[in-house]
Amino acid sequence: MNLLTFRDLTLGYDRHPAVHHLGGAVADGDLLAVCGPNGAGKSTLLKAIAGVLSPLSGAILGALPRRDIAYLPQAAELDRSFPIDVYDLVAMGLWRRTGLFGGVSRADRTRIADAIAAVGLAGFEARPIGTLSGGQMQRALFARLLLQDARLILLDEPFTAVDAGTSADLLALIQRWHSEGRTVVAVLHDMDLVRHHFPRTLLLAREEVAWCDTREALTPENLSRARRMCEAWDERAEACAAPKFHGTGVAA
Amino acid sequence: MNPYDLLIAPFAEFDFMRRALVGVIALGLGAGPVGVLMMLRRMSLAGDAMAHAILPGAAVGFLAAGLNLWAMTVGGLVAGFAVALGAGAIARATQMKEDAALAAFYLISLALGVLLVSLRGSNVDLLHVLFGTVLALDDATLLLIVSISSLSLMVLAVLWRPLVLESVDPGFLRSVSAAGAPTHLVFLALVVLNLVGGFHALGTLLAVGLMMLPAATARFWARDLTGMVVLSVLTACASGVVGLLVSYHAGVPSGPAIILVAGGAYALSVLIGPVGGLLLRLVPRRHLEA
Repeated sequence: MNLLTFRDLTLGYDRHPAVHHLGGAVADGDLLAVCGPNGAGKSTLLKAIAGVLSPLSGAILGALPRRDIAYLPQAAELDRSFPIDVYDLVAMGLWRRTGLFGGVSRADRTRIADAIAAVGLAGFEARPIGTLSGGQMQRALFARLLLQDARLILLDEPFTAVDAGTSADLLALIQRWHSEGRTVVAVLHDMDLVRHHFPRTLLLAREEVAWCDTREALTPENLSRARRMCEAWDERAEACAAPKFHGTGVAA
Repeated sequence: MNPYDLLIAPFAEFDFMRRALVGVIALGLGAGPVGVLMMLRRMSLAGDAMAHAILPGAAVGFLAAGLNLWAMTVGGLVAGFAVALGAGAIARATQMKEDAALAAFYLISLALGVLLVSLRGSNVDLLHVLFGTVLALDDATLLLIVSISSLSLMVLAVLWRPLVLESVDPGFLRSVSAAGAPTHLVFLALVVLNLVGGFHALGTLLAVGLMMLPAATARFWARDLTGMVVLSVLTACASGVVGLLVSYHAGVPSGPAIILVAGGAYALSVLIGPVGGLLLRLVPRRHLEA
């Protein structure tokens, strides 16, 4: 069963494509890493799946309703100077249950406490978010993701600027989501981590380089091809003529 | 002079002082929380620009109907919204940032407004529009101000969660709900409404003062949002009352007196406020164990 299918998907800004004619599908329950050099369109792809960016052409089929998607952007627009504490930040994850006006029940409070404990931030509930370290902040955001209870979880470079201990703890949460049958799509740069923990990989360089089992995707040839493909950006590019169909990363 | 003469007598003896008292307290109740959210959303200067933008609208109302409450209110509301939305639209549609767009809009508005008022009115009318007449609030104006602050408090109570969420993490709200954009619009509407209410009492130039100064003051005393809102409301109301008394006893114009009292509270807080105040930073204290 495929959760999402990309059909000839082109994404970009100002008509310049950042992801060009991508085809393929994400299977339900997949644990998929998206790799590629800077400017390969990884974050752009995540934005489109999250529904924050509309395609220039092509389509994402089977798009989930917003409430079924949990999205952790690379540079969250989060205002860390805002006077709000860890508890309230994590509690935002309950949006799907409470919506705009719904109350927070006693069971919800237990859920919030459990999520905070699960990321190892017990005792930090009343701390203003401005006083957290980078790693603690990422833990708090993961607690919020936990509460979102989403079918599809999108993570954009979740381990950047995070120490080894924190990455290990957060990785354990990702594995827990995978074992619960949720679909996880994560943009990652650490190839070792991808090789060890992510069964499937999409190697992206604006176009698909490889989309298959991680071992076959992350070969040295593919990686160097991805690097070369990414270096072409033309300010005065012509309009793209015929839509090309290629890419066969359809999961079984 | 005994305390009664100092604090109570002006209000007990004069009807216009009682009206002004009700007016400033109502303004404080509405503007206090709105100001805190403005400050935390880094919109303090946007508020200033929007306050100036009300002027040409009010001036068109003035040209059409003289110093008529409803004509000037409607004109002010229309112009305030137009600038708030226009600056936002320009920021989104072009490469211009919102602050520059707002600055452009408010300079144009201010010049246009002064020109329009001068076309028909005297300098007294111009002063009236620019600095307000808190000591001459009639029943209709008072009712308008009180209605605006009641409406603001109700809307804030209902929309508090999305408003806070949209301020802390707009990206997150966008990813879970479509409520972000409408919430922002409703908030802009609240700002314009409160500015128009403040405009009748304090004029277009000072209306934003009772919104931003108490909020900035509260920032130096409270660490959490609730505390900030409560303190901001208290500071706004207290500035109103103290400002009126100063104006009465010293015989100075009341609008500027109110804003200067709020300004004094702000200056004092910058110095001695326990949350990031200057004095606390200057006094060397031993660092903590952990």
